[in-house]
Amino acid sequence: MKRFSWFNATSLTLGFAFLYLPMVILVIYSFNESKLVTVWAGFSTKWYGELFQNDAFLDAAWVTIKVAVMSSTLATVLGTMAAIVLVRAGRFRGRTLFSGMIYAPLVMPEVITGLSLLLLFIGIGMDRGVFTIVLAHTTFAMCYVSVVVSSRLVSFDQSLEEAALDLGCSPFQAFRLVTLPIIAPSVISGWLLAFTLSLDDLVIASFASGPSATTLPMKIWSSVRLGVSPEINALSTLMIGVVAAGVITASLVSKRAATRQQREERAAARLA
Amino acid sequence: MALDVFAPWDNPDAKPLIQFKNVTKRFGDFTAIDDLTVDIFESEFFALLGPSGCGKTTMMRMLAGFETPTEGTIRLAGEDIAPIPPNKRAVNMMFQSYALFPHLTIWDNIAFGLKRDRMPKGEIEARVDEMLRLTRMEQFAKRKPHQVSGGQRQRVALARSLAKAPKLLLLDEPLGALDKKLRQETQFELMDIQEKTGTTFVIVTHDQEEAMTVASRVAVMDHGKIVQVSTPDAIYETPNSTYVADFIGDVNLIQGKADPKGDKIYIAWAEGQPEIVGTPMSDFSHGQDVHFAIRPEKVSISADKPEGAANAIKGKVLDIAYLGNISTYHVELPGGQVIKAQTANNRRISRRSFTWEDDVWLSFTDTAGVLLER
Repeated sequence: MKRFSWFNATSLTLGFAFLYLPMVILVIYSFNESKLVTVWAGFSTKWYGELFQNDAFLDAAWVTIKVAVMSSTLATVLGTMAAIVLVRAGRFRGRTLFSGMIYAPLVMPEVITGLSLLLLFIGIGMDRGVFTIVLAHTTFAMCYVSVVVSSRLVSFDQSLEEAALDLGCSPFQAFRLVTLPIIAPSVISGWLLAFTLSLDDLVIASFASGPSATTLPMKIWSSVRLGVSPEINALSTLMIGVVAAGVITASLVSKRAATRQQREERAAARLA
Repeated sequence: MALDVFAPWDNPDAKPLIQFKNVTKRFGDFTAIDDLTVDIFESEFFALLGPSGCGKTTMMRMLAGFETPTEGTIRLAGEDIAPIPPNKRAVNMMFQSYALFPHLTIWDNIAFGLKRDRMPKGEIEARVDEMLRLTRMEQFAKRKPHQVSGGQRQRVALARSLAKAPKLLLLDEPLGALDKKLRQETQFELMDIQEKTGTTFVIVTHDQEEAMTVASRVAVMDHGKIVQVSTPDAIYETPNSTYVADFIGDVNLIQGKADPKGDKIYIAWAEGQPEIVGTPMSDFSHGQDVHFAIRPEKVSISADKPEGAANAIKGKVLDIAYLGNISTYHVELPGGQVIKAQTANNRRISRRSFTWEDDVWLSFTDTAGVLLER
């Protein structure tokens, strides 16, 4: 299996190139001295410096983070509640319809979601700004959270909650002290998913926002229409870095937890 | 010195701890418990025994508060418990899956219920330590449930459910996940702990040996009804129906027509065969259908017709099961019926008295079997 094969090497290279070449080019050009994006004029970090002087970008970044934190938190609460109802309530009239309606926004075209939200906000006369973007992001992110959490809840041993009740917990205490700590990893990953979805959403945010609020993706999109600047490259590189760091940390943490559990279980089995 | 026998069920003045009165439980069209009435007394070790789907787990879940009866009342110490939610009942349950909280240490698992009662910290510590000692788990207190073995988890689950000193402890197939040897050891441990704490135990099991070993009384259930409630020896020696006789241990069942003569009953069971003589517990009329039930160990097997035996039937050895301590002979009677006879292998000899196809005589006394109406 270890034998080198030209065919494998080529397909691997081509595949990865297809995936990552655009990003690599973007990262390289963010360190370009020249103002012209397509002409290389030597290594420099000056665009990073200018980026942090640019108030418009910093404001947009701040709005984006605010929106992402608020909407993903709200979506996590609502999505977890929906997941519990879906998994626990058993059979009730319209269960299929209800669960279908929870998952439908996952496949709904963003343009339609955005447009309908815009119409709603105009219809009820709501001023568009940070708050409306938070609402819009919560709407679609909670579906993702509910999918992630309900897949964990399906394998959750119901007798754990019954044991908590049996030992004197009220139903709410049983949820807080037993269910929530056990499903916490899936709730956290649901939150992270909602956070990233909100962070990079352009379409829905464009529909739901007003003149007072601009998110980072919206800002990037509007500046690119006036021409790509090296500043944008620098900004995008930073975003790639943040996302990559987050993903790698999350996977390392969960992998280490899994191996530790395995080791301990093996030790217990030896003891028996 | 006469031992004081624990038998509150024979004492008409004893007040039962738990009373099921005409309890029915339905799930949709399915009747899980059917008009069931039973009393369980304090300090009893009461076993609910039956095949899966007989309603024994439903009974237990009604006691714990996870189900409410559709009809009838359940009283605990005289109080109707239907409106009391599980977290307010002086009843604790040991779950079949143990349901240990995986995110808490063994110590915290045991302390969980005590903390809910807002017990002072010092008392909690003392109580948890006592429980750990009782179940011999002291050195594992700091571990998480997945860091101990299956048998140890079982003991933690027991410690956790006993920690709150409940009036009643429910055990749902508590030993099902253990292998046979560990199960037998744990059965005696359970009895020990039950005696030490004086708690009333109700155990649900489908393993008749387990029920017989641990319980002070056994209730044999079938289709939502209790068929018989009695002490293990009474259930075994005097079952009230062929269902109970067949469910508990091994039994030979012979069907025939009753012919009462004096205090004995003669059973005509096959053409050309001598009638079986038995001693009835209840009255049979002439010509009534009767089922004669006899345990294999009460049937003797010999090469020659035994002198003076009340019952002796000739047959042919069909099969021999050697189990080490005992051997079971399957003997075919002329009518085609197969009777099992057991002998203890109390001598270490390689030579067996009988082998396949041998003609043998089966014999038993006139009090060895039970006569059943159904």
